Order: sequence, then structure tokens, then C-alpha cells
Amino acid sequence: MKTLTAFWNILIKDIRNYYLKPPNISWGIIFPLSWTLMQIIRSTENIDIIQLLPGLMAMSILFGTTSMLAVTITFERRGRSFDRLLLAPVSLSILVLAKICGAVLFGCLNAFVPVIFASFFVSLGGINWGILFTAVFLIALTSTLIGLLIAVSAKEVFEAQTLSNFFRFPMLFLCGLFLPIQQLPAALRPISFCLPLTYGTDLLKGTITGSSIMHSAFSILMLLAFAAGLFLISRRSIQKKWIL
Amino acid sequence: MEIVNVKNLKKLYGDFLAVDNISFHINKGEIFGFLGPNGAGKTSTINMLTGLSRPSGSEIHINSIDAVRDIKKVQRIIGIVPDESNLYGEMNGFDNLCFCAALYGMEKKEREKKAKELLNLFNLTEAGNRPFRAYSKGMKRKLTIAAGIIHNPKILFLDEPTTGIDVESARHIRKLILDLKDKGTTIFLTTHYLEEAQRICDRIALIVKGRIVKIGTVNELMESTMQGHIVQLTYQGRMETVQKELKEHFPGCTIKILSNDSSQLINKEPVPLFPLLQLLHNKGVSVYEAKEIKPTLEDVFVEITGLETDRANK
Ligand SMILES: Nc1ncnc2c1ncn2[C@@H]1O[C@H](COP(=O)(O)OP(=O)(O)O)[C@@H](O)[C@H]1O
Ligand SMILES: [Mg+2]
Repeated sequence: MKTLTAFWNILIKDIRNYYLKPPNISWGIIFPLSWTLMQIIRSTENIDIIQLLPGLMAMSILFGTTSMLAVTITFERRGRSFDRLLLAPVSLSILVLAKICGAVLFGCLNAFVPVIFASFFVSLGGINWGILFTAVFLIALTSTLIGLLIAVSAKEVFEAQTLSNFFRFPMLFLCGLFLPIQQLPAALRPISFCLPLTYGTDLLKGTITGSSIMHSAFSILMLLAFAAGLFLISRRSIQKKWIL
Repeated sequence: MEIVNVKNLKKLYGDFLAVDNISFHINKGEIFGFLGPNGAGKTSTINMLTGLSRPSGSEIHINSIDAVRDIKKVQRIIGIVPDESNLYGEMNGFDNLCFCAALYGMEKKEREKKAKELLNLFNLTEAGNRPFRAYSKGMKRKLTIAAGIIHNPKILFLDEPTTGIDVESARHIRKLILDLKDKGTTIFLTTHYLEEAQRICDRIALIVKGRIVKIGTVNELMESTMQGHIVQLTYQGRMETVQKELKEHFPGCTIKILSNDSSQLINKEPVPLFPLLQLLHNKGVSVYEAKEIKPTLEDVFVEITGLETDRANK
């Protein structure tokens, strides 16, 4: 109960202090929004919108989550207020969960900006919403955790943001969104399969356009495994780096 | 009763030994002072005791809990006020306090009530709805202390609570610390102000270059450097003429003439004033003032740390 109170209040504080602040809202919502609009204006036939949707969603999530922890964690580290959390009688796992929860929620909400837009133009009847939500959640979770890992390695906010771009763009190109994985140079293909986003995109593509290359259960399992692995690595490096 | 017990505490940063094998205990309900110059290892020690840093070796027991293994359990009963404020600049004073209380699992009603009480106690009620970053240094420190005690900790760790703030706020803070002690809170306080340590601490550990060089009550520390009882006299007349009689009367004493109207009489035993004054009076020395000179903590500190540097140089 006490843990829950602490968890909830850390989450609410982050949402109020960071996620609802104009710069983040613009980064998280306006960016995917303008992308969506741009693509919709460019496309002439309905079929294009559906084809674009998985990419837009994945991108919205990625941009909404990876740099978020750079702000909420690196910033608090700089101002030393993160120490307050480390000094509280809350276990490190709960603390990390509370911290990533806001970003995951934020990423999930971002994902539905393009979906809502698309729904005005095309019918979304064929989508398996259960799988779609699962995919969105798992992509948000794994990208947030990558953001966490970056935040743990960086000392300055701008450093964290630069680092997250460094990972973000190659990830977008290697995950099979813009270029199907089969068309990537053979040397790059193994890298694709080391990226959680590859499995997330495949899930999204499967349910939205019916063009997945892997079984959805397999993708979900892989994403869960990535999430668990990233969580443990982040927690360990927090313990090592921050509790000096 | 001992509430904190530390044995062989060590902290290595790389191969720099910041805290060098120190041991001490804190009694329940006392104000324990950790006195030392900048860089002595005070903050490093607090960080290890409170879980912000990992000891390179030690046994720490706080309220009978093994703090090295079970720091989260310890954190429930301790309050921490860091040397630099770590509250949230963008949040107001009231929200900051409520958030800190929530971290300890306090319910909404309870934490709001307590936050109001504390703002009032620290004269910050008006500032309660202003953002923390707009506070003055003194106000920031006070709110940080309020945040450290909102969950009624058994033990409060204060890292240089009065450093860098105005005299008035510092006095207010010292009073609040003493009030907390009266309510039964055990307090661990670091400072580099000798006077502050002397004024409010029950026991003091002198720490220099990561080592505790002396530990004890304020009186014990002062007695340890006292070379004898000193009576300082201010008078009219010639002290030189009575030196012989004085030495006969108080065997073993030394007389240090400071100027032509003041001298110090240093003796192993306490010096009875009446016979002394009578003797001087009879010899034509009229004394206006006679007072016992006690060493200050500063003397103790200089002597001990002086010794330390000598030893280190050899
Ligand atoms: N994180 C750190 N890494 C390396 N050296 C440190 C670190 N923290 C403190 N030190 C060094 O340890 C010594 C003790 O520091 P500190 O405990 O902060 O002293 P105090 O609080 O008594 O002023 C200093 O020489 C300081 O430079
Ligand atoms: Mg310090």
C-alpha cells in the first residue's frame, strides 16, 4: 500500500511536471501529427494510408518515448532531486517502473494520434485491436527502456537527447518499416533481428496490413524478452552507477 | 542506548581513500556532530549511512537493522537533509512537501495536514504556493529540512544545515534542530563551524582527512587539550615583584605576563581565588578582573589537526 502510494505519486508528479509541459507535448504530439498530415496530403489513394499507418505509429511511439527519460531522469539527476528518490524507502525496481510508466503511457497515447487521423479517411475494420494494443504497448515499453539505458549512460540532458537520436534513426531504417528486411543488405539483416522495434513493426504490419514476416506470438515473446532484459540491465547499471 | 553503530567504515573513490576506517556510535536522542574541514569526508560518510553510496567496507547498524544489507528498511525511519537542496524547482513548497511525504507512503489527508503544519513551523506559509526555485537560500534550506522530517523520522541526518545562509535563518534552523531533539529525534549533524558544534552538539567527532581524530562530549574534548587551569588577571601594580611569593603559595604554577596590566597564572589544580587575590592585594597589586580561561573547541581543533598534519608530514 505504501509502495503503491509512492509509485502513484512519482508517476503523477512526472506527468504533471514533464509530460504535460508544452515542449514535450509538442515533441510527442505535434511531430507525429505533422508527419501524419504530410503523408496523408502526399498520398492520393486510400490504400497508401493503411500502408503508412504502421510506420507512423512506430515512429510516434519511438519519438514520444526514447527522449522522455532523458528529460525526466537526466534532468533530475543534474538537479540532484533524483537522489531524493534513491533515498526513499522504495525499491529500485518500483522506482524504475514508476519512472518508465509515464513514458510508456505517453508513447501509447502518441501511437493513436495517427490512428485517429487515419480513421477519418479509411476504414480500420480489418484490424485486430487486441494485437494492435499489445504491439503498441510493447513497442512503447521497449523503446522507453532503451531511453532509460541511454539516460543512465548520459550526464547531461542534451547528451542524452543526442544519444537517443543516434539510436533512433538507424533503428527506424533497420527495423523494416521503410525498407522490408528482405531487401536490406545481407550484412545488416542480423542487426535488424537484434532490434526490438523490428518485432514491434512486424506485429503492427501484421494486424494493419496483413504483411508480417513472423508469427505474432513469436514477436510478442521476443518483445517481452527484450523488455525483461533491458529492464534488468538498466536496473543493474543504475545500481552500479548511481549508488556510488 | 546506541541507535547508530558504525564499525570500520571505509570509502574508496578509485584509489583515493575518502573515509578511512572510522568507527563510532550515536546514542538515542542526542545530537551527534561530525566536525571537520571541507573535504574531510563528512558527506561521503552521510551518503554511506543513508544509502546513497556504497561503503567500500564496514558494518553499519541503524536501529538494530543491518544497513549494508537492508538499507530500504533503514530509509523508512531516517530523514535526510543534503548539503545542497534536492527538491523540485518547478514545484511549489507545499507540493514539494506533499510529494516527499508520499514517497514514505503517507496518505493524502495526512500529508497535506503535515505539510501545512511544517510550512507554518518554518515560517514559510506565505511562500507555500510559490515555486521552489524562487526561494532564497535560507528558505530553500528550511524547506529541505521540512521535507526531511515530514515522515517523523527517528533519526535525522543533516549535512551542513547552516552553511551558506544568512545569520537569522541559521539561528532559526539551530533552534528547530534543538526543538527536534527535545521531541526525541536523534540527530546526526555535519558542520565545519566549530562554534555551532560546540553550541548544539552533545557529542562530537572530529574528522580530518577521512579519519576520526577525536571523539567525545564537548567537555571531554576540551579537557583533553587543557594543559592546566588558567586564571587571567587584570590589575594595576607590578606583577614581577610578587612572582616569587606566588610560586611559593602555588607550587608548580607558572606565571605568564601578557602585558603590563595582565597576566595568566597556570596551575595543575584549580586556583582558589580568595587567597590569590588577598596575596596580591597585600603586595600592592590591585586586581580588577580575574577569570578562568577555558579552551575553546577551536583550540582543541587546531591542536589536534596541527598534530595530525605534523604526523602526516613525518
Ligand atoms: N564521487 C566522488 N568521486 C571522487 N572523489 C570524491 C567523490 N566524492 C567526494 N570525493 C572526495 O572525497 C573527499 C571527501 O569529500 P566529502 O565527503 O564531500 O567531504 P566533506 O563533506 O567533508 O566536505 C574529498 O576529497 C572529495 O574530493
Ligand atoms: Mg560535505
